[in-house]
Amino acid sequence: MLNQIAAIIAMNVKSLPRRANMSVAAVAAIAAVVAVLLGFLAMANGLQQTISGSGSDDFAIILRANSSSELNSTLTKDQQDLIALAPGFARGPGGRPLVSRESYVIVDGIKKSSDTKANIPLRGMSPEGVALRSGVRVTEGRMFEAGLNELVVGAGVLREFAGFEMGKEIRFGRSVWRVVGVFEAPGSVFESELWADIKVVQGQFNRGASVQTMRAKLAVPGDISTPAAYIENEPRLNADIKTERTYFAGQSQGTQQLVTLGWALGIAMALGSLSGALNTMYASVQARTRDIATLRTLGFGGFATFVGTVVESLVLAAIGGLIGGVVAFLFLDGITASTLSGSFTQVVFAFDLSPQLLADSVVLALVIGAVGGIFPAWRASRLPLTAAFGR
Amino acid sequence: MAALFTLNDVSKSFVRGSDTITIFDKLNMQIEAGDFVAIMGPSGSGKTTLLNMLGGVDGPTSGEIDFDGTRIDQLSENQLSRWRADNVGFIFQFYNLMPMLNAARNVELPLLLTSIKGKDRKARVDAALALVGLADRAKHSPNELSGGQQQRVAIARAIVSDPKLLLCDEPTGDLDRATADEILGILQSLNEKFGKTIVMVTHDPQAAKYAKRTLHLDKGAFVEEVAA
Repeated sequence: MLNQIAAIIAMNVKSLPRRANMSVAAVAAIAAVVAVLLGFLAMANGLQQTISGSGSDDFAIILRANSSSELNSTLTKDQQDLIALAPGFARGPGGRPLVSRESYVIVDGIKKSSDTKANIPLRGMSPEGVALRSGVRVTEGRMFEAGLNELVVGAGVLREFAGFEMGKEIRFGRSVWRVVGVFEAPGSVFESELWADIKVVQGQFNRGASVQTMRAKLAVPGDISTPAAYIENEPRLNADIKTERTYFAGQSQGTQQLVTLGWALGIAMALGSLSGALNTMYASVQARTRDIATLRTLGFGGFATFVGTVVESLVLAAIGGLIGGVVAFLFLDGITASTLSGSFTQVVFAFDLSPQLLADSVVLALVIGAVGGIFPAWRASRLPLTAAFGR
Repeated sequence: MAALFTLNDVSKSFVRGSDTITIFDKLNMQIEAGDFVAIMGPSGSGKTTLLNMLGGVDGPTSGEIDFDGTRIDQLSENQLSRWRADNVGFIFQFYNLMPMLNAARNVELPLLLTSIKGKDRKARVDAALALVGLADRAKHSPNELSGGQQQRVAIARAIVSDPKLLLCDEPTGDLDRATADEILGILQSLNEKFGKTIVMVTHDPQAAKYAKRTLHLDKGAFVEEVAA
């Protein structure tokens, strides 16, 4: 039986060039499905990784109770002072708690790709703020100085937006700021931000002494129970505390919609390409009616004929899947883009084509091939043998 | 000689719409081992239908077809595939070679249905091709061969697994006279030297002369038998 199946598979595959047009059409349709699907999934994957990858268990974020993001949180000066006293935070030299008071405002930038305005987050932070983030590295210039209108620019902002190069002066409303440094925070949302001194931001944007959030280094990584109990039991506080990882995991949930959309579109296109695969395989069986009937007359079994036809369809699908995967990898993997985040600001991320995504999309291609091959294969296995004697 | 094929009261009819078309009605015949039978008759007389039934490609509506003690009319589709692979070599009017395979690979096909290993398969293929005079064309694909050469490859394919029976459907119908005579000579030689039982459907009286006897079919019944 294996000999029969192998022989029929070899014959079917060898005969593909005789049906080049139909075969190429089926391969192209499947390649397009895979490339589009991978585009969506790589985008969602990159965005998800950027947002959720920003989180660490070493740090905690404190927001006003029930705030879904930094933008709609506010903490008054009194609340900030109470939070800074919370137990469970790591202490720096002199016993001072390692906390950063942070203001989060939106400013305009011009996107290089579209020459249109888009929102960029400007974060005012305490001097401790930089140390309360993992993997931040100043790659050019220096950090801002307290009290001055100085900006350090995330590498993502520098890539995607015009006018943020070192030494440039930028006007936000009535205030003028000078870029004094560029920082990298690989794979995190922080690269999409501008950083400045908290007091200057509060002053220039009329925020008074209030901030949006506070950030603290935890004494025990991942353990927020002690400060959470303190916040819960302090009647003057109305705040939530989360680890940074939990906070950003929540922020990344919106990307699931992108994944769902990608799969929905991919499956809709797959149904279209399925009809192409079915047509191709029916045409293939039709073109080889006499060959198939002859083989079966010689004694080859219907099952071997069935398997041979399904495998032919799978081979076409696999070629299409691989081409789609290679195209997506060459043109999409690693390219950067920016999109609106949950805070109505732009988050810069890189498309990320993981091996798992490639495998998933090739599986989809093979499913198209299998379904597209089964019905024509059934027809092939049931062809009347008298067709071998046809005139 | 012992009967290789015995047909007892074989009937064959088709239903087309509301009509039933009867091809054979209680046909009886015997073909002995080592016979070379030509079947002639006008179009629609049932020649090819008879050949299909002898080859287990089509079944009778009723009646018995016995091949060497096996009731092939009672075999399942899978059993018939096996039976054909073991016992029957087919030779078609249009050769029916696989265009994507070279001559040797085409001849090898029936051997893939056996347990014969690769080296022995090659030896048998070489011998079969040599027997039909095409040893030097083993690597040629069908489109590189003339019609006569293609039919020789088809004959090599039909005999490579050493079946008892060769069924030929207009084997020279697509060939010129000289080439047809060569092909018929090979068939005659296979019958006389190797004892193959051959049933050949043909329109060509010249071709029928190579057979030991000729049966004339008309309207589903044998109307005349002519011995060579």
